[in-house]
Amino acid sequence: MAELHVELVAADRQVWSGEASLVVARTSSGDIGVMPGHQPLLGVLESGPVTIRTTGESGDGTVVAAVHGGFISFADNKLSLLAEIAELSDEIDVQRAERALERAKSEADAAAERRADVRLRAVTGVH
Amino acid sequence: MGAQLRVYKRRIRSVTATKKITKAMEMIAASRIVKAQRQVAASTPYASELTRAVTAVATGSNTQHPLTTEAEQPARAAVLLITSDRGLAGGYSSNAIKAAEQLTERLKGEGKEVDTYIVGRKGVSYYAFRERKVVESWTGFTDSPTYADAKAVAAPLIEAVQQDTAEGGVDELHIVFTEFVSMMTQTPVDNRLLPLSLDAKDADDESAANELLPLFDFEPSAEDVLDALLPRYVESRIYNALLQSAASEHAARRRAMKSATDNAEELIKSLSRLANQARQAEITQEISEIVGGASALADATAGSD
Repeated sequence: MAELHVELVAADRQVWSGEASLVVARTSSGDIGVMPGHQPLLGVLESGPVTIRTTGESGDGTVVAAVHGGFISFADNKLSLLAEIAELSDEIDVQRAERALERAKSEADAAAERRADVRLRAVTGVH
Repeated sequence: MGAQLRVYKRRIRSVTATKKITKAMEMIAASRIVKAQRQVAASTPYASELTRAVTAVATGSNTQHPLTTEAEQPARAAVLLITSDRGLAGGYSSNAIKAAEQLTERLKGEGKEVDTYIVGRKGVSYYAFRERKVVESWTGFTDSPTYADAKAVAAPLIEAVQQDTAEGGVDELHIVFTEFVSMMTQTPVDNRLLPLSLDAKDADDESAANELLPLFDFEPSAEDVLDALLPRYVESRIYNALLQSAASEHAARRRAMKSATDNAEELIKSLSRLANQARQAEITQEISEIVGGASALADATAGSD
């Protein structure tokens, strides 16, 4: 099966890299799914969960990450997801995110609420 | 103990104490270089991917963006100078400051006004002492900069670039920092971040120059992508410069402290030679006094007989 190489990098570290058959991310004009052989693409990401359906060496499975702003670029069967902040779903501390959500709601901090919400959605897999 | 000997002993003690301090600083700096280098390496994937993306948009579309096009009559340039917060790092800060001075001279020679932005206490105090104008300065994080620090530094710079020149904006953005070449070599460099000069970037990375860039599909549009990309690009370049400067600072400090330790060792050696000499002279004198006293006594008893 055709596969594409994915690099998910945050500003200060590489978060995930491996082979995948499908990557779904949220750009500013809507969700976009990228499969192997997609047309070269460069887009602006919204805060939201990114779903990577892995194949090959990394095994069949799904990797979900919370991405806060950034870019998606695809060329030569290589997909790069650039984000200032990116976290894999299993790195996210659910209780902490819930607390952050509560706090953000009580303080009416829209940006913080959104961040916490994206984290929680990445963990629970509700898109 | 003779007075001379006591003086030498005291000096040896004080130099030994200094040596212990410089040795400790050397070891701390050495351990931090590795950490700083690791941070530089960790930030590289993001920076290189971002550079690739920016190159792709800038070459792959005919968009005229204020951040990529050269002004016909550039009137003002911003210079960001990165120095250290603390001293005892040899010529690290003064070399960076010297490089910034040269760049400033050159820009002024080209008829541009120069706005200076400074990171690091050393640079700030250098400019404050000479009563030169600094637009904005940041201190307190040069040891281990984070991405949030880079964002804080980049924000006013990006704002200045986006402003009209007539209203106090700038046409060019230069950055002066110390490049970490190796553990032994760190060189101050000046780079022009904006407007983007694609030739310079190709020179940085030979493989990227030979690579043919595909025609990209932009989502939502080339202008919007560029709008979003360029601030991030500036931030990541500044972040990279801060990290490299931090690594250079630690390397420079390690080298300075190593030569201080070596000098202290040398000093202790020559001082203990002198102390030995003084002790030996003292002993010789005592012996000759005893011998002299004894023979005088013997002479006296022989005379009385």
